[in-house]
Amino acid sequence: MQETEAVARARRDIEICNACRYCEGFCAVFPAVELRREFAAGDISYLANLCHNCRGCYYACQYAPPHEWGVNVPAALAEVRAESYAAYAWPRPLAKAFARNGTLLSLAAALGIALVLALSILTNRSASFSTAQASFYDIIPLWAMQVTGTATFGFSLLAMAMGVRNFWRDAGPKHGRIGPSAVAIALWDVLSLKNLGGGGNGCNDNSEAFSMRRRWLHHAMFYGFLLCFAATATGFVYHAFLDWPAPYPLLSAPVLLGTVGGILMIAGTIGLLAMKFTDDPVPNVRRLLGGDVALLMLLALIAVSGLVLLAVRATGAMGLAMAVHLGCILAFFLVLPYSKMVHATYRSAALLRRAMERNIKPLGGD
Amino acid sequence: MPGRQQTYDVLVAGGGNAALCAAITARQAGASVLLVESAPKAFRGGNSRHTRNLRAMHAQPNAVLTDAYTEDEYWDDLLRVTGGNTDEALARMTIRASSGVFGWMQQAGVRFQPSLTGTLNLGRTNAFFLGGGKALVNAYYLTAERLGVEILYDSEVISLNLDDGTVRSIDITYRGFPETIYARCVVASSGGFQANLDWMREYWGDAVDNFVIRGTPYNRGRVLKNLLDQGVAAIGDPTQCHAVALDARAPKFDGGITTRLDSVPYSVVVNRNGDRFYDEGEDVWPKRYAIWGRLIAQQPGQIAYSICDAKAFPLFMPSVFPAIKADTLEELAAKLKLDPAKIRATIDSFNNAVKPGQSFDNLKLDGNRTQGLTPDKTNWARAVDKPPFYGYPLRPGITFTYLGVRVNDKAQVLMENGQAAGNLFASGEIMAGNILGKGYLAGFGMTIGTVFGRIAGQEAARRAGN
Ligand SMILES: Cc1cc2nc3c(=O)[nH]c(=O)nc-3n(C[C@H](O)[C@H](O)[C@H](O)COP(=O)(O)OP(=O)(O)OC[C@H]3O[C@@H](n4cnc5c(N)ncnc54)[C@H](O)[C@@H]3O)c2cc1C
Ligand code: SF4
Ligand code: SF4
Repeated sequence: MQETEAVARARRDIEICNACRYCEGFCAVFPAVELRREFAAGDISYLANLCHNCRGCYYACQYAPPHEWGVNVPAALAEVRAESYAAYAWPRPLAKAFARNGTLLSLAAALGIALVLALSILTNRSASFSTAQASFYDIIPLWAMQVTGTATFGFSLLAMAMGVRNFWRDAGPKHGRIGPSAVAIALWDVLSLKNLGGGGNGCNDNSEAFSMRRRWLHHAMFYGFLLCFAATATGFVYHAFLDWPAPYPLLSAPVLLGTVGGILMIAGTIGLLAMKFTDDPVPNVRRLLGGDVALLMLLALIAVSGLVLLAVRATGAMGLAMAVHLGCILAFFLVLPYSKMVHATYRSAALLRRAMERNIKPLGGD
Repeated sequence: MPGRQQTYDVLVAGGGNAALCAAITARQAGASVLLVESAPKAFRGGNSRHTRNLRAMHAQPNAVLTDAYTEDEYWDDLLRVTGGNTDEALARMTIRASSGVFGWMQQAGVRFQPSLTGTLNLGRTNAFFLGGGKALVNAYYLTAERLGVEILYDSEVISLNLDDGTVRSIDITYRGFPETIYARCVVASSGGFQANLDWMREYWGDAVDNFVIRGTPYNRGRVLKNLLDQGVAAIGDPTQCHAVALDARAPKFDGGITTRLDSVPYSVVVNRNGDRFYDEGEDVWPKRYAIWGRLIAQQPGQIAYSICDAKAFPLFMPSVFPAIKADTLEELAAKLKLDPAKIRATIDSFNNAVKPGQSFDNLKLDGNRTQGLTPDKTNWARAVDKPPFYGYPLRPGITFTYLGVRVNDKAQVLMENGQAAGNLFASGEIMAGNILGKGYLAGFGMTIGTVFGRIAGQEAARRAGN
């Protein structure tokens, strides 16, 4: 992490917090602050990625604007977080992708859909593109899906892994080993979103009032996504190993998993999108909104097109629905390492560092 | 002005912890309540927004407090800090009531930090608010709004018009415009007068120009003075205030908790002439930090400088302003605008007076003292010799004033003739002098405000209903 204006600004807020410590019950950030007196740029990046942006500490802060100190930890850390995504991006030149993220994501989605459509038309042997009897793999041959899927997803995984490696080198712990209990604690924190909820009371969405809305919506989106993934995976297993080709009946595992997952994802993404427009702007960073919104839309689109595909899977519209759905997924895989999705890896890594440091005693105190 | 033609059951003057506890309690008892807060919404909550904990008696450990803290131990602590300057009946009533406030507070939305999670070692006696005092104040305002308490921000109570021991009407300014309001009962919860520098100047002279006011600029004592001018009985020494040592770079108002400095016991402290003036190691800091405000207020220019070396620097809480740092003492003195030769001489004679071979222990009174200095440093005395050297400028920081109105155990305000004012109650800092006539016990201010706020709200609602 470079020493930037955003880092300096966040450091100033964090140093005030370290002398104050009133918010230490809210989340993992403050106990992490209390272990040190000096904060290198990497430490600030660590704290920024540890922050879940619940805004509890903004509404509770007696130094928040209009106080002359204008302490605004969520906004200060969000700025650094955004910069850190670019700083750790791999390969380096693609860091620019974070600059106009909303546009990039929209372009990728459009391009993805167009590409799959073109691909499916080009590779189509029969005129089955709009025939009712067609199976998924008549529209786009399995090999084409596998090649494209493996190539894009594989590259994304590699890029994300390199990103985490960069994060860990810069913002990881300076010593200590990754033990099993630290991993277990971090995993629980990730899966439960424990820190997204101000010490168990919930986030502050747009006022001093606490609410669990964001946490539940994020859970719906995240676990919905996992269910959809499971649906696709079972479908693949049925087709490839059990010789049972799609379409599957309503009460089969792929359809059930996909339906429930899709509905959860839609509820989560639409809910989170709606919240973006009623959020309090002060503890937020305006210029990050575009990328966030585009990603949520893309996820919503994946879920909606997936459900549509399920609904029309036995009709002539299947081909088109299939192409749109796969196009969205392709776009998602492509932009994965260059979108807000990287927060998942950096935050998990930050939680791991916190878990590794959980037994160090805070500095000072009286 | 539309809207406020009605006669309210209860008008609450102030918008901090004591006022909110009174307003919510009165509303819960069925009264119509108007709360008048002089600060704008963004700065609502008085000094209460800067607090962090409340001291509560308890017989056994609970979710927010460890071990036990009995009535007698609490009372002994209070007796010690006040030197007997307290009213035992009122004090014991407050202490006993403190054990029962949690349920009500939690219902009203206040959240606490689980015990044993904080960095401060007060987990046995004090319960910490999750997110601190501003989070508490926010929760109370939300609850008050939800219950239908009418709230006026940016509105100052100018006068509670007393006639024959009864408030007949209330003059306020609503966003700068004068209004007269009628209420059956009034609760005065408008804090002390420490932010009124002209009033402070009457006792402290021009030294107040060098004082830092730790909390809100809105506690100007307007209601307090108004009541005392109308024959209400006073309590507490008007010349006294709670003053601590703060970083001199703190803002004039509202710097809150972060501007405190804990460096003194591990430092050499000099005045602007470069002379030491008090035993820096007299006792552990929590027991001494409240006398240093006064000590510095008595120095020329009301300023002092805490100087330490690299050995001492890691021993105290990080401060909000970076330490002033230099490789030599002379350079540090120059940066602090002190006479380098004088500082060198003072530190040399200090270092020579340190007895060699003593073992240093910052966790207890280690008896590690100097010999032959006036004054000596009687604990944690080590030579200041390991560069880099660190310095902080210190000023007196005023927490609150002690002058208040006299009350009885129903939170009723007493007149000079000893009679209780019929419909006037008080809670919080404005009456804390009844119980805390001198000194301070961490977390006791919020306890007094909560207990008396609840009593005042209850009593006012009851009287208004009759
Ligand atoms: C930095 C700091 C930290 C502290 N920490 C603690 C702690 O951890 N625990 C603890 O117990 N105590 C603490 N205290 C002391 C504590 O703040 C007070 O004891 C407590 O807040 C008093 O509550 P109150 O409601 O009486 O007064 P305040 O909270 O000060 O409220 C007074 C209110 O009256 C309003 N007001 C004043 N004049 C008028 C008027 N004429 N008309 C209308 N409204 C008016 C003000 O705007 C304000 O809202 C601390 C104090 C400071 C400065
Ligand atoms: S956000 Fe504000 S109240 Fe919370 S710890 Fe930081 S300075 Fe203190
Ligand atoms: S997680 Fe919430 S409380 Fe913690 S730093 Fe971020 S916004 Fe503040």
